[in-house]
Amino acid sequence: METLINGLSLGGIYALIALGYTMVYGIAKMLNFAHGDIIMAGAYAIFVVIGLQGNLLLSAAALLVAILLCVTLGILTERVAYRPLRGASPLAVLITAIGVSYLLQSIAQLVFKSEGLPVSTGAASLGSVPFLGTNLKVSSLLTLGLCIIIMTALTLFVDKTRIGRAMLAVSEDRAAASLMGINTNFIITLTFAIGSALAAFAALFYLMQIPVVTPVLGSLPGIKAFTAAVIGGIGSIPGAMLGGILLGVIECFCQSVPEISPYTTAIEFGLLIVILLVRPVGLLGKKRREKV
Amino acid sequence: MKKIRLKHYINYLILGGALALFVALDLLGALKRSDASLLTQIGYSIILAVSLNLVVGFLGELSLGHAGFMCVGAYVGGVLYNMLIPACGTVAALLIALPVGGVVAAFFGFLIGLPALRLKGDYLAIVTLAFGEIIRTVILNQDFFGGPMGLPSQRFGDRLYILAFALAIVTVFVSQNLRRSKHGRAIQAIRDNEIAARAMGVNVTYYKLVVFAIAAFFAGVAGVLYASSTSLVQSTNFSFNYSIEILVMVVLGGMGSITGSMISAALLTFITVKLTVGLPSELAAIEPLVYALILILAVMWNNAPFLRPLRVKLHDKIAALRDRILPHKEVDGSDAAATAAWDTIPTKIPMDALLSTDFTVDHSFDADRPEKEEK
Repeated sequence: METLINGLSLGGIYALIALGYTMVYGIAKMLNFAHGDIIMAGAYAIFVVIGLQGNLLLSAAALLVAILLCVTLGILTERVAYRPLRGASPLAVLITAIGVSYLLQSIAQLVFKSEGLPVSTGAASLGSVPFLGTNLKVSSLLTLGLCIIIMTALTLFVDKTRIGRAMLAVSEDRAAASLMGINTNFIITLTFAIGSALAAFAALFYLMQIPVVTPVLGSLPGIKAFTAAVIGGIGSIPGAMLGGILLGVIECFCQSVPEISPYTTAIEFGLLIVILLVRPVGLLGKKRREKV
Repeated sequence: MKKIRLKHYINYLILGGALALFVALDLLGALKRSDASLLTQIGYSIILAVSLNLVVGFLGELSLGHAGFMCVGAYVGGVLYNMLIPACGTVAALLIALPVGGVVAAFFGFLIGLPALRLKGDYLAIVTLAFGEIIRTVILNQDFFGGPMGLPSQRFGDRLYILAFALAIVTVFVSQNLRRSKHGRAIQAIRDNEIAARAMGVNVTYYKLVVFAIAAFFAGVAGVLYASSTSLVQSTNFSFNYSIEILVMVVLGGMGSITGSMISAALLTFITVKLTVGLPSELAAIEPLVYALILILAVMWNNAPFLRPLRVKLHDKIAALRDRILPHKEVDGSDAAATAAWDTIPTKIPMDALLSTDFTVDHSFDADRPEKEEK
């Protein structure tokens, strides 16, 4: 039970990151490799604001700063690195994204050094509550609850508002959307901004679980969240949530069994390969026929 | 008589000349130990870059797991090499371990080629990345391979660079001749337009698997070289970041250009080693920073649509300069035939543009200049 709740809250974090990947992929048709490093930047922002004597109130303030920084970074990378390459081959865009990821990591390493820096988010002070004979960490429950709220809000935003529907239109057919009077460049920038804001939330939740900041903090969760997005079907918002939660639960269960815990990463990536082989579009992805 | 043209042999000339120069220096006693080990690193970097170029440049698929194949080669070959040393000495042990490490890595390359048949582009890239990490995680947890502590290995000695360069020449030979062959043209047809290639009867399945296997083979060979150049094989060296470094070499050298891969591999390895030795540890992060900037700028320069006029202009300038320095020779029949026989595809046909109605262009609407109809 405890493992399940921990898995769900980790899955919630993955789902938040995966949403950033999947929205950008759906709308800009590119894999934003640097997304994981935006989380890292957010985590450093939180570190700078709250340091070691953090409490929950300060964490909330730090979250605002992190959102601001992440959104700025997201928009900046889109403007400087990705927009000039719009219309170029997907391979070129992907390699640039990898370059941006590398760049952010090395800047963080230059500024903050490569050693891990401890952060206290005040999550530990929340303690735990007994539930059906097990102890559940309040921070896990909080993460899970907030993740559900954010994801619901995002779904409503995309489905019900004008801008949300414009985003759907752009992801469906960029040319037709621009003919309908939608400013596609604005929508793409907005998508990056939303994805980056989600990354800031993910950074705070991540630090509540593992309170250490390093320059490579974002890369493994980033890759795993991308895996989650692909498993769920990239471009699909419910798919990203499903994939993220699935992956988080699997990870926590693998880690609770000592014999297989060293192989956790291998099992997760193995799942990715199997799912892609069986269903190349992911669990909830739509099949799109390739046209000649 | 067949005419010998410089550009057909330039790759061998560069590598062979460098090797001869360094051997001469070595015999004169002017080659330092640290330089010899740097040369070995350059040698296997060239092997890695040229072989990755087969996948990225010729087949047109992005592979982010090249370090994973090197990892397989390093561990399998390393174990074999160290087991055989007591029986038959270092040279024979290494010569046996090299092909074995390569073949095992090629088998894994074949395995990774299987998903490549159903996936492409970003999806395939992420699968190769996942594959590389799986290989690393599994090897890391095998006691047979030394577990998390790494695999202790015996150093081959300072003359390893000769072998490394010889193998680099072999790699270049294989890629260059593969490219010129009928098979190479089929592979490039797959890169330019897979559906068109399939329609023309190219066996896409077969060629994708072959390219992945060959590239993995050479990565495995490079891994064995690495294992025999160090005293401890550690799996952390083969992380995703190393795959990216190899990719940077390929991208900087120009995707599809063997000479470019060679030169940029040598240059970047040289810079990396000199930077890590010469810089204080606080500034060690400069190195990935430099890598990242090179990667972004190189890709932008080559691909950004808005830089195209500038690119064309520069290209013309260089051509004009070359014509002034080397007066343009009258192309006689035999020369043209030789060129055609070498390149075989004199102009790259933009198959995508001809056959596809589904290519991505900038769709921003411009009322003054109506676009052509799309879709």
